[in-house]
Amino acid sequence: MSIQHYQSIFGNAATEVRQFNTLFVIFLVVCAVMYVAVIAFLIAGIARRRRAAEANTVEEGRHHESDPAMRTGLIAWGAVVGTGLVALAIASFVADRSMANAAAHEKLSITVTGNQWWWDVQYNAADNSKMVRTANELHLPVGVPVRIMLKSNDVIHSFWVPSLAGKQDLIPGRDTDITITPQKVGIYRGQCAEYCGAEHAKMALVVDVDSYPDFIKWWQHQLQTAPKPTTPLALAGYNYVTSRNCSACHAIAGTPASATVGPDLTHLASRRTLAASMPMSEGNLYGWVADPQSIKPGTKMPTIGLEPNELHAVVAYLETLK
Amino acid sequence: MTELERVRAEDQRLAKERQRIARDGPKLTGAKLEARLERTWRRPPGILGWLATVDHKEIGRRYIITALLFLALGGMLSLAMRLQLAQPDSNLISPQRYNELFTMHGSTMMFLFAVPVMEGVAVFIIPLMLGTRSTAFPRLNAFSYYMYLFGGLLLWVAFLLNIGPDIGWFAYTPLSGPQFSPGKRADIWAQMITFTEVSALAAAVVLICTILKARAPGMTLARMPLFAWAMLVVAVMIVFSMPSIALCSGMLISDRLVGTQFYNHYEHGDALLWQHLFWFFGHPEVYIIFLPATGFVSVITETFCRRPIFAYPVVVLALISTGILAFGLWVHHMFATGLPRVGYSFYTSASMTVAIPTGLQIFCWLATMWDGRPRFQVPMLYVVGFIVTFVIGGLSGVIIASVPLDLQLHDTYFIVAHFHYVLIGGAVFPLLGILTYWFPKITGRMMSETLGKIGFWMLFLGFQLAFFPMHFAGLLGMPRRVYTYPAGLGLELPNLLSTIGAFVVATAVGLFVVNGLYSLYRGAIAPPNPWEASTLEWATTSPPPPYNFAHVPVVDSKTPLWDAEGELPVVTGLRVDEKETLLTTVVAASPDLREPVPAASLWPLILSIAVAVFFISSIFSPWAVLFGSIPCAIAAAAWFWPKELNRNPEPVIT
Amino acid sequence: MILEPRFTGDVADLPTHKFGPGSLTWWGIIGFMVIEGTFFALAFAAYFFLMGHEQGWPPEARQAPNLLWGTLFLIVILLSEIPNTMIKKAAHERDVPAIRALMPVIIGIGGVLLIIRGFEFNNLNCRWTDDAYSSIVWAILFLHTTHILTDWGDTVVLWFLMMTDVGWEGRRLVDTDENCMYWRYVWLLWIPVYLLVYWVPRL
Repeated sequence: MSIQHYQSIFGNAATEVRQFNTLFVIFLVVCAVMYVAVIAFLIAGIARRRRAAEANTVEEGRHHESDPAMRTGLIAWGAVVGTGLVALAIASFVADRSMANAAAHEKLSITVTGNQWWWDVQYNAADNSKMVRTANELHLPVGVPVRIMLKSNDVIHSFWVPSLAGKQDLIPGRDTDITITPQKVGIYRGQCAEYCGAEHAKMALVVDVDSYPDFIKWWQHQLQTAPKPTTPLALAGYNYVTSRNCSACHAIAGTPASATVGPDLTHLASRRTLAASMPMSEGNLYGWVADPQSIKPGTKMPTIGLEPNELHAVVAYLETLK
Repeated sequence: MTELERVRAEDQRLAKERQRIARDGPKLTGAKLEARLERTWRRPPGILGWLATVDHKEIGRRYIITALLFLALGGMLSLAMRLQLAQPDSNLISPQRYNELFTMHGSTMMFLFAVPVMEGVAVFIIPLMLGTRSTAFPRLNAFSYYMYLFGGLLLWVAFLLNIGPDIGWFAYTPLSGPQFSPGKRADIWAQMITFTEVSALAAAVVLICTILKARAPGMTLARMPLFAWAMLVVAVMIVFSMPSIALCSGMLISDRLVGTQFYNHYEHGDALLWQHLFWFFGHPEVYIIFLPATGFVSVITETFCRRPIFAYPVVVLALISTGILAFGLWVHHMFATGLPRVGYSFYTSASMTVAIPTGLQIFCWLATMWDGRPRFQVPMLYVVGFIVTFVIGGLSGVIIASVPLDLQLHDTYFIVAHFHYVLIGGAVFPLLGILTYWFPKITGRMMSETLGKIGFWMLFLGFQLAFFPMHFAGLLGMPRRVYTYPAGLGLELPNLLSTIGAFVVATAVGLFVVNGLYSLYRGAIAPPNPWEASTLEWATTSPPPPYNFAHVPVVDSKTPLWDAEGELPVVTGLRVDEKETLLTTVVAASPDLREPVPAASLWPLILSIAVAVFFISSIFSPWAVLFGSIPCAIAAAAWFWPKELNRNPEPVIT
Repeated sequence: MILEPRFTGDVADLPTHKFGPGSLTWWGIIGFMVIEGTFFALAFAAYFFLMGHEQGWPPEARQAPNLLWGTLFLIVILLSEIPNTMIKKAAHERDVPAIRALMPVIIGIGGVLLIIRGFEFNNLNCRWTDDAYSSIVWAILFLHTTHILTDWGDTVVLWFLMMTDVGWEGRRLVDTDENCMYWRYVWLLWIPVYLLVYWVPRL
């Protein structure tokens, strides 16, 4: 997985973005031709001054006259610019229509709700027992069109995974949606693309495109409840998490913690990132749980001031939530 | 005696007195006339006289200097931002502070620099270019400057006191609403808008009335300089666009202060209402900034290519059609908001169509260069720099007019690159060129050509270094308004290059300022027409006397000084003992009325202080709307009320 | 080098005042009218935008504003055009005594209108904090109130000036004429405001 395509618009990893490349190239070529024409005319005008005799200037007394070729040139220029723009507009319209058609047949439905500053991801299913809730990460099966319903709990955010699709805003009080049909297995990064407050820069998400069997395996795993803690340390952590501040905001399936204000933690440790901005690791878990405000100042998760033994216990428990 | 008889007797007495009034003419001309006009038109000395001035040249200079100060302040903010972004995962600047920085940078540049500097240049030069003694409504002109100054002070004092806004220059709801932006930061931003928009609307009315009614006899609309056309179109655009942002920012303050629900979707309001109203203003706003710059380019190109601009009617039509089309594009800022796709196609087409008139203007300028004999002194260098740079921005604009392309590029650094190319390339380059060009007229001295050339190349090359890499940063996935970015996405190199380029740009702007300051004291003394230009502002001294022209000039061509044959045709008959100017008819510019010009007055300043108190206190309490309006009403009435209530043989405005 | 002047004509006999588009202040007032009109037009657009979100208007079975006070306002302000036109005519005819006598009439009517406006606000059957519908209705009525209040204040100041000797000056008569023009704008704008506040919710 090369870095250049990780969050690049040229990731070219979904049906919806493949047309982007072609359209972008068409536009670039036409625009470059126009630019070259302008610069060529500019240089010609600069160079021409050496041939003084033909100038229509005040010094020659001919400043009210014009080179007749310029009149033809003006009309031709206007025609070329107009034609070029019409062609580009048509190309754009055609690409737009074809992308819309591609979006018409989704097979999978996900709801992403934007919050300051994390992504609440819910996989919709006809049967409630098959619904999956996670945060800051999507897993998608390759080749399957998925329709992502976009909502916001607070301010305007924007869902953007450049390698897979253009962006779409999440607007409180309105429902928008985006359809993606990934075509290449891989890991893709996205970011919130609409300024949403203090930690807008740290509202990233990861999209894991798997083969269909791997995707189903992932889904089945997500449906499982959290494993019971087996070590004393993890048990102490479990007790803390389900009885103290944490359970006021977080849910862990299979435990008494069921609040939906914050991200679902059931399979936290199997996610690739933490707090929508850091790679998942033991060190980052420690840092985040101990003092979220110093890592992501302004985040909604308060710094509680855990005692060291509480911290070890909580992190030990969280690490079991794979 | 009945009242009527008394009045009739008074009329006769005044008519007799009228015969004795001294007026300019063949019998009163030359140095004697100039001495008398100087006495009549100069403003009272001292600090109070300075505060009370209604001389458009002084007001225009204030606008320009204040705007350049805000340019420097806004530029320093951008250097801080670039330092933070030079490296990934940087914590040089905290997120909160960074968010304030980009909010202040955008707001300062857009509201406190770009529009006011254009207004300032126009206010200074338009009466001179049109051959008249004063703008229309000089006191309103003074008032508009003070409102601008107070708005800028409000914003910057708040920032320095750590209560500056952090919602972005575009302040989208609901982030800027009461729930997500507690405190007064957002209100300060919104009220700064009120100040600057009142200022711009007042200046727009002044400019429209001046351009339509105060032109020199014989200067028909078809002979009017292209810069005056540009400012006429811009002033009309201001009139139709600024109320939109006044309305939406007023509704925002209202939501925050008294609990209205305009943007609150829980109570059937809509966050998109803000976006529609904001961008209905916001899109014309960028043309309000760009069109005066096209006027500058026309002015410079004409003078330095030694011929009028090719196809003048086409350029005029291009200005007017750009001004009109600009109002039909605003939804292209909202392509990602989920509005109906079919509707979007209209805005794509409109956004592309607006490139056509601009493209035609570019042809006309290039054709003028082709057909003339260009001299590449500093102002003309800026014109060339403008063509090379602005067109890149215009073409990247065509790219993002396409919905599928915009859905990737919107809210990324590609957009940041685009708008800096059109704003700096398209407005700042011509601005620096025109400041160099009109510097002798404003100050009486020439700027240094050597320093100017060094500064130009530094700015031109530094700009490309700073902003071209941003196209790539956007394509590699860097969103806007982020205080940092992670390592490993390929963003390090473009950001580092941009930071280096930013410092080169800052140095170049600093060099321009140094050139200006140095030249102010040591520059070569400028004759009336150092560039051998064609328009009327060059028919008077550098700098002009307070009364602009000893006799009102008459024109019969688009290039009066090039067709003058050694003499300047003038009309006579304006009084010399009181300030008076000539009004002409709107289209044909035939002499129509003699109009008294107000004396210097402190009421514009006093009213703007009263309004400032009203606006600022209404951030804190709705009762201020009631109580604050009383001093405003009193000051406004005092402004209008004449100092003496006796009748004069000719009207005098005191 | 300043060019020598060539004298081509004299303007000393031009007038110093004119009614209509010859007057500089006429253009200034038209400019402000366009600005205010745009303000209102955009507020109307916001009204319809918010209405587009609702199934019912006013939403939630709220009552529409009481017709009585708004309609009374409409009648009184339309009637005020009678003295207004008389003043305008008097200005053109330099009939200053007539102006001095008629302006208190229109000032009085303005005062009555402001009182009626107070009753209108009280009878909107909603509070501006209730929802977006209430907010926009209050906002539009508030905008028109500032409109009428400032013109009323202008008229009072102008009347005081007309009572002095300078009331006989041509330029003051032009001021009076233009003030009448502006008053027409105030009631003209009332018509769409009235329709939007009182009738559209009843459709």
